[in-house]
Amino acid sequence: MSNIQRAFENGKAFIPFITCGDPSLDITEQLVYAAEEAGADLIELGIPFSDPTAEGPVIQAANLRALTNKVTTDGIFDMVRSIRKKTDIPMVFMTYANVVFSYGYRKVQEDCTAETGTGHSVRTEAETGTERFIRTAAEIGMDGLILPDVPYEEKEEFDTVCRKYGLDFISLIAPTSHERIRRIAAGASGFVYCVSSMGVTGVRSEITSDVGSMIKLVKETKNIPCAVGFGISTPEQAAEMAALSDGAIVGSAIVRICGQYGKDCMPHVKEYIRNMKEAL
Amino acid sequence: MSTGRFGRHGGQYIPETLMNAVLELETAYNHYKNDPEFQQELTQLLNDYAGRPSRLYYAQRMTEDLGGAKIYLKREDLNHTGAHKINNVLGQVLLAKKMGKTRVIAETGAGQHGVATATAAALMGMECEVFMGEEDTKRQALNVYRMRLLGAEVHAVTSGTGTLKDAVSETMREWTNRVEDTHYVLGSCMGPHPFPTIVRDFQAVISKEIKQQILEKEGKLPDAVLACVGGGSNAIGAFYHFIEDKEVQLIGCEAAGRGINTAETAATIATGRPGIFHGMKSYFCQDEYGQIAPVYSISAGLDYPGIGPEHADLYDKGRAQYVAITDDEAVDAFEYLSKMEGVIPAIESAHAVAYARKLVPAMRRDQIIVINLSGRGDKDCAAIARYRGEDIHE
Repeated sequence: MSNIQRAFENGKAFIPFITCGDPSLDITEQLVYAAEEAGADLIELGIPFSDPTAEGPVIQAANLRALTNKVTTDGIFDMVRSIRKKTDIPMVFMTYANVVFSYGYRKVQEDCTAETGTGHSVRTEAETGTERFIRTAAEIGMDGLILPDVPYEEKEEFDTVCRKYGLDFISLIAPTSHERIRRIAAGASGFVYCVSSMGVTGVRSEITSDVGSMIKLVKETKNIPCAVGFGISTPEQAAEMAALSDGAIVGSAIVRICGQYGKDCMPHVKEYIRNMKEAL
Repeated sequence: MSTGRFGRHGGQYIPETLMNAVLELETAYNHYKNDPEFQQELTQLLNDYAGRPSRLYYAQRMTEDLGGAKIYLKREDLNHTGAHKINNVLGQVLLAKKMGKTRVIAETGAGQHGVATATAAALMGMECEVFMGEEDTKRQALNVYRMRLLGAEVHAVTSGTGTLKDAVSETMREWTNRVEDTHYVLGSCMGPHPFPTIVRDFQAVISKEIKQQILEKEGKLPDAVLACVGGGSNAIGAFYHFIEDKEVQLIGCEAAGRGINTAETAATIATGRPGIFHGMKSYFCQDEYGQIAPVYSISAGLDYPGIGPEHADLYDKGRAQYVAITDDEAVDAFEYLSKMEGVIPAIESAHAVAYARKLVPAMRRDQIIVINLSGRGDKDCAAIARYRGEDIHE
């Protein structure tokens, strides 16, 4: 059984998302411990990206704050190494394709020119950034990877490497997925991330999509846990979504607390997560 | 791996929410591109409304001044709305209408694509919203007014660096919000498949005409075709029908900004490396961790950290070459062409003119080059005056 499946064994799962390095990597590490104590079952660690096209304003701003703080992928890897000395709570990275694809560029710059036969020099590399990233993520004890800008059609180049190193590459389904859901579910691993609403991440007063039908389609195809995200902020919404699925994912509402309280955010986030987990 | 590849570049790196929309677009496009009625309707719009075919003009004074190859200007600046952008926009908005969409959204850098989209939307009775970096709304205030005049709503984008890349990101976000009735009129040969192919096909009319016109005038193909490159739509349009003619040199002119050895540059091929962004695999300006670089150019239309995937592939294969032109060189060329030929080029197109000034003197007099003059420069006059230390109020 993968570590991710363990997250769904303790009743409905509560899955908080944290932007790494907002306000600092030390605080992020403390937030992970606090989240676990408050009842979180799986933690999504967001690696900031300069241009997060699937995010709403709250997480965009957190990405910007983290990058302004000079947070890097290597710094986040070190933080995870430190976390893994203290807890084995299931954790997945959430970031954008380029952060993975371009990882570790500088280290291989020296040996990356090759002739193509056209008399024209093109850079090629022995180990791709994708492989370097995923191998390292697996080595330091991460359990999965979510890339919101990699749909089913493009997942192979990431999924194959994830399987090689024992990481779950998480598939997303959306309200517009319709007949694609069966195909996506058939190839899914870890859990299925069910996007509850159209648009980008962010708090919504109402979730109108037919999440129940989406999840039914997944379950008909494959016995895999489904967690619902995008737009959930209140305990009532979380309870409602969890009733239809195996868990609730909350990002913007938590990131907003981090933005509001800065380095003093820890007790507030902990309190919030405790209330949310209790509601499930 | 998805379809829509150009060598190792291209693809569809977009949120699942948008996948059905791009698949639907691909199906519709594959149908209509072979539909004689659609093609006839589009040709009629291009000819009667946009003013095609655009002229291929022999720049005699410039030719004499530089003393090398004969120089022709492909006058895309004479199109309705003043740039090549209208070619793509008429095609896409007509396609959107056939697909039953009632609303179009678009990103814009210099404002040319936004104005063209607002124009086509007005013509075809569609709702239109344009996303433009806040910085660019200031640099190109007149175009903001034009778009509003044409009935479009203009949103100033404040996220990121407030330039073209952020406008693209914001338009993508808006598309995920409302995809059922909305078509995203992407302005360059970039983004997820099928956009790079659709935009290239609609812009390929440029090279189709150049080929006919130069054969009529000179009885032979040109030795080189030059075009400026941001995302690269005017360049791919000017190159496309020459790709198989290996004797024709294809030269894309990127914006070096303050120089390719500075951080203030937008020259993607010169300073970028392979990456994944805005739906495609291609070359991007980025840091060692894959964070997209905040690029800079005096030209809002070239101020973009990536390049279309077909250009990336032409570069990989050595079929096209890409050169970098600084702000200074582009501004000099802007003034040069104005005085030499009485043609004020867009500052974007001035990058191609600048490279011609370097290239032509080393060529023989029996050789021929074509510069794709992608747009007119009226929109840039105030900014260039400021660059020269003169304050003009529009």
